[in-house]
Amino acid sequence: MQEFGIRIEGLRKRYGEGDTAVDALKDVNMTVAPGEVVGLIGPSGSGKSTLLKCLGAVIEPTAGRMTLGDELIFDNAWKTRDLRALRRDRIGFVFQAPYLIPFLDVTDNVALLPMLAGKPNALARQRAAELLAALDVSHRAAARPSQLSGGEQQRVAIARALANQPPVILADEPTAPLDSERALGVMRILNDMARQYRTAIIVVTHDEKIIPTFKRIYHIRDGCTFEEAGEGRTL
Amino acid sequence: MINLAGRDILHAWGRFVFTGIGLGLLIGVTLSMAGIYRGMVDDGKALLGNSGADLWVVQKDTLGPYAESSSLKDDVYRSVLGMPGVARAANVAYLSMQVRHGEADVRVMLVGFEAGQPGEPGYLVAGRHITRNHYEAVADVKTGFRVGERVRVRRHDYTVVGLTRRMVSSGGDPMLFVPLKDAQEVQFLKDNDAILNERARTAANPQLNRPGVPGLLESIQASQASSHSVNAVLVQVQSGADPEEVAAGIRRWKHLQAFTRVQMEDIVVAKLIATSARQIALFLVILAVVSAAIVAFIIYTMTLGKIREIAVLKLIGTRNRTIAGMILQQALGLGLIGFVVGKTVATLWAPVFPKYVLLEPGDALRGFVIVMLICALASTLAIRAALRVDPATAIGG
Ligand SMILES: Nc1ncnc2c1ncn2[C@@H]1O[C@H](COP(=O)(O)OP(=O)(O)OP(=O)(O)O)[C@@H](O)[C@H]1O
Ligand SMILES: [Mg+2]
Repeated sequence: MQEFGIRIEGLRKRYGEGDTAVDALKDVNMTVAPGEVVGLIGPSGSGKSTLLKCLGAVIEPTAGRMTLGDELIFDNAWKTRDLRALRRDRIGFVFQAPYLIPFLDVTDNVALLPMLAGKPNALARQRAAELLAALDVSHRAAARPSQLSGGEQQRVAIARALANQPPVILADEPTAPLDSERALGVMRILNDMARQYRTAIIVVTHDEKIIPTFKRIYHIRDGCTFEEAGEGRTL
Repeated sequence: MINLAGRDILHAWGRFVFTGIGLGLLIGVTLSMAGIYRGMVDDGKALLGNSGADLWVVQKDTLGPYAESSSLKDDVYRSVLGMPGVARAANVAYLSMQVRHGEADVRVMLVGFEAGQPGEPGYLVAGRHITRNHYEAVADVKTGFRVGERVRVRRHDYTVVGLTRRMVSSGGDPMLFVPLKDAQEVQFLKDNDAILNERARTAANPQLNRPGVPGLLESIQASQASSHSVNAVLVQVQSGADPEEVAAGIRRWKHLQAFTRVQMEDIVVAKLIATSARQIALFLVILAVVSAAIVAFIIYTMTLGKIREIAVLKLIGTRNRTIAGMILQQALGLGLIGFVVGKTVATLWAPVFPKYVLLEPGDALRGFVIVMLICALASTLAIRAALRVDPATAIGG
């Protein structure tokens, strides 16, 4: 079995060069076990988004190592050429806004990922139906994203993030627009899904409402991470 | 895999269809312009084909009778008849004029011909051929006249006894056929006042009005009042004779200009409508550029409206090729809608045009290919914008 969901060692990221260079990440170390949900908290400009982008394989770190699931993806350089496939197969994304594709119905929004990975349409839709059922939005499966409530949209977005059964989900302020009850609902879902699918989840947040739900929290300040035990309140 | 382009089109079909209709009207105009050009060429060919002539004999140093004016004496045809290789030769007179039909004026080309000779109207769709020597007419249906109606040309009324079709001048005016003598009179005869004036003037000239020569004045006046001119002699060559050789003979020995069918086609189709053709060609180019700009602009703005979705699609692992394909397919879809609308409206409104609009399937096919190429080309702008979208923007700051 894989030992780590996510393991980051000595990650550094410098934007630009020379006088204008910004060291957004100086020394980031994190581990997230499969099935675990950890919080990532830090003041504005501390490097949260930069870290997510590095982990999300959309920008290249300057140095360090990153392991997703059982695969070392970065060791001072990308270990794979096909970052697109890496993102598709190994990483699920959940954003502050759901960013669903408006011209696809709910099922196809979720099924799109397995389809992109080459699964037949029927199989992909079956997978989508299972996830939508697990997230309690089956009844809206044929609707357009614009016809859904904010909470429903966010659940569909989570279903999409899970669609290819990635070892890792990166969530960027997933509860920001939601009220306290809904925010806790989303956190419960993320915890359930993490357990159910053995997914390692990082949740970037400012949201005071959900901070007590984490068992472990990473603080990031000036590009450096510090681990802290959380309250781990049950949901 | 689902068709992203198709889903997007279905999602925003209203906007898409309306844009397609707008583009379609533009394409319809383009196809009509091409049809107008084809119609002009076809009018010219119909004019030559329906005359039944192999050679046109006209005044020396002119490009008559259609492209320039030409005047010949009406006995010239006899000497042409004597040339080797000539089977038949007949006088014709052409005159563009307005005639009244009910409340409106109709622009027609009056054709004077000799019954049974080259130059007579081809087949009739109604009525009969002209049988009397005077004051009967055969009209092209486009004039709007019906059999039995009377049409006034200058000083006389003519009875329409037959109708023909596709008999038009190179300018597209429908023809009105009358006996040659009548046409000559219409063309060359002066009005009554002018004749009286002329007579008085002649009578007042002592050289022409000589007491000692009885009948001189009368014969001079008669010659002034009658006309012996025609515009061209239409010639049919004997079977087996080479029209070019016969024409060369006429040019050489009769000091007249003679054109073969090929040369005449060059004059009527190429020279006469050359300016119009260039005009239309330029117009077509402008329309193509405008269509391209419209498609490019619309596809571009539609793509810019989807930047967020495109960033997300890229982030979750959609290939660039898939995204480019989506935009390309949308552009082609727009072109397809536009073409179908354009072809339909062009076909619907073609008969309404006063001049002949000939929509050739070949032109439609070429138009379709060009529309698709333009759309593909126009989509490159949007595709480039989409490919430049950074998936990192989906994650945000
Ligand atoms: N593309 C870039 N080029 C140069 N510097 C950048 C770039 N992106 C971010 N930075 C800098 O890197 C540092 C970390 O930025 P980052 O966006 O990761 O912060 P953040 O923790 O997400 O902040 P916030 O909570 O405000 O979103 C900041 O000082 C920022 O100005
Ligand atoms: Mg940020």
